[in-house]
Amino acid sequence: MTYAIDVQNVEKKYGSFTALAGISLRVEQGEFFALLGPNGAGKTTLISILAGLTRADAGTLQVMGHDVVADYQAARRALGIVPQEIVFDPFFSVRETLQFQAGYFGIARTPALDSWIDELLAKLSLTDKADKNMRQLSGGMKRRVLVAQALVHRPPVIVLDEPTAGVDVELRQTLWGFIRELNAKGHTILLTTHYLEEAQQLCSRIAMMKLGRIVAMDTTEHLLSAFSERVLRVKLVAELPTSLLALRIRQEGINENSWHTFSIHDYNEVEILLSRIREAGATITNLEVTEPELEEVFVKIMNQGDSVPNATEQSIYPRGINP
Amino acid sequence: MIGFQTLLKKEVLRFWKVAFQTVAAPVLTAMLYLLIFAHVMANSTAAFPGINYEQFLIPGLAMMSMLQNAFANTSSSLIQSKITGNILFILLPPLTPWNFYGAYVLAAVIRGLAVGLGVFAVGIFIAHVPTHNIVWILVFAVLGCAMMAALGVIAGLWADRFDQIAAFQNFIIMPLTFLSGVFYSIHSLPDFWQRLSHFNPFFYMIDGFRYGFFGKSDVSVWLSLAVTAGAFLCLSAVTLSLLKSGYKLRQ
Ligand SMILES: Nc1ncnc2c1ncn2[C@@H]1O[C@H](COP(=O)(O)OP(=O)(O)O)[C@@H](O)[C@H]1O
Ligand SMILES: [Mg+2]
Repeated sequence: MTYAIDVQNVEKKYGSFTALAGISLRVEQGEFFALLGPNGAGKTTLISILAGLTRADAGTLQVMGHDVVADYQAARRALGIVPQEIVFDPFFSVRETLQFQAGYFGIARTPALDSWIDELLAKLSLTDKADKNMRQLSGGMKRRVLVAQALVHRPPVIVLDEPTAGVDVELRQTLWGFIRELNAKGHTILLTTHYLEEAQQLCSRIAMMKLGRIVAMDTTEHLLSAFSERVLRVKLVAELPTSLLALRIRQEGINENSWHTFSIHDYNEVEILLSRIREAGATITNLEVTEPELEEVFVKIMNQGDSVPNATEQSIYPRGINP
Repeated sequence: MIGFQTLLKKEVLRFWKVAFQTVAAPVLTAMLYLLIFAHVMANSTAAFPGINYEQFLIPGLAMMSMLQNAFANTSSSLIQSKITGNILFILLPPLTPWNFYGAYVLAAVIRGLAVGLGVFAVGIFIAHVPTHNIVWILVFAVLGCAMMAALGVIAGLWADRFDQIAAFQNFIIMPLTFLSGVFYSIHSLPDFWQRLSHFNPFFYMIDGFRYGFFGKSDVSVWLSLAVTAGAFLCLSAVTLSLLKSGYKLRQ
């Protein structure tokens, strides 16, 4: 099957600075994929090359099987890009902006287009702004217009570069609701974001970039289980029964009145642990279960990145972990 | 085709929405030149027998305004989009270099012609200008504007700031148009300057354009056509190759 996005060995230098040091990445059709990494990792550069806004020094990129240089027209028709920076044309209203964008993609002005534009405006809560000039919109509204612009030609592959920066919580929910809907209809989604909980909730697969390289790439589930764990923390007035010492992975506080942390894999273990504590006669004064968090994964991977400069798909795991 | 039409429409709307600045203002400037020069030079000898100075001046002024505005249209549109970043909206779609070139140049020709028509509309009240051959008039008007539009695309692609465009206009376009025989026949110049004028492509555009009105010119109208068309084709070739290479747009 054709990949939605197929990037092979892409390199890019700005002068002597290496922005991308050989990136390979494949996204299958229908995937919801996150590209994560600190500022300057090269995410936007990679997206720009995919969109034909920047040229790669080496490597190949395809969108829905179309090479972004040799077959740029088909590649661009298949791609909808929401840029990181807010840009707009101050000459036009929101509706005009969308009509022109559709026109650039070769879409004739038909009732079908008009109703698609109306639908986009409604889904992105922009209906009441449709005839306002772009200058009169707030930053968050302008960003939603950029989302609508990226979708106006109904691209099968949608790339969102930090789409929720500067967008308030409610509208973020609206936006993700809509993007999820599109994904359910078969659109492939690639997004970058600094809100890791968003990526964790939405994306089925994640690539992490650092200094122009991919330092980890796997399903969200595998990354979470390999680098983060679900833990049970209990606070006891007494000391921990000796029979449980071997199971404890961490203790915070001294002897009495301290937190004890246990790694758990499924919730049945919670019950077993609690009953053993109770049997030993200890009193639990507080308790919490913490789910694995992408943030923890991210921090761990970013900190180990230096020691694995040539990390690729094959070598993303620390020794001893078999996902 | 729809992509090209949409870009053309956008480029035309861009200047038409502010037609007061982009069309009316240059017409007013040309009218001021006309009134002042016609007054100062009222007693000067006619360039061509049977044609008075005002009659002589109007086509030249119209052409000068057309050339300047065709250049201004493409160059300022591009630099504006580059600086505001909304050039992105035409870089993401599957528009070809030809679409890009065609839409920008054609919109600039339309603006040039609108300004030219404006100058004539005002000129009618000042002097009667005969029409020798409308075909030559149109050929030179369109080719001249298209050439300047292409040059404007090159300048707009090259420049990173507005003041670079302004420098281009003030130090290259303005002197060349002023020294191209708009205000005089080059036969009235000393020998050295006369010869130098023959190296100015703008001289041929104005001379050929004027031929369309009076049936008289400083050099053969075919030579003027060859120079104008040659300049247009060269600049278009450069423009298209820059667009194809993604010069300063896709790097
Ligand atoms: N046009 C450019 N010229 C020079 N350096 C650039 C340019 N664009 C990006 N860079 C550099 O490339 C690196 C990657 O940038 P970018 O792709 O924007 O990162 P990210 O989107 O992951 O934050 C940064 O160090 C940035 O400074
Ligand atoms: Mg970025």
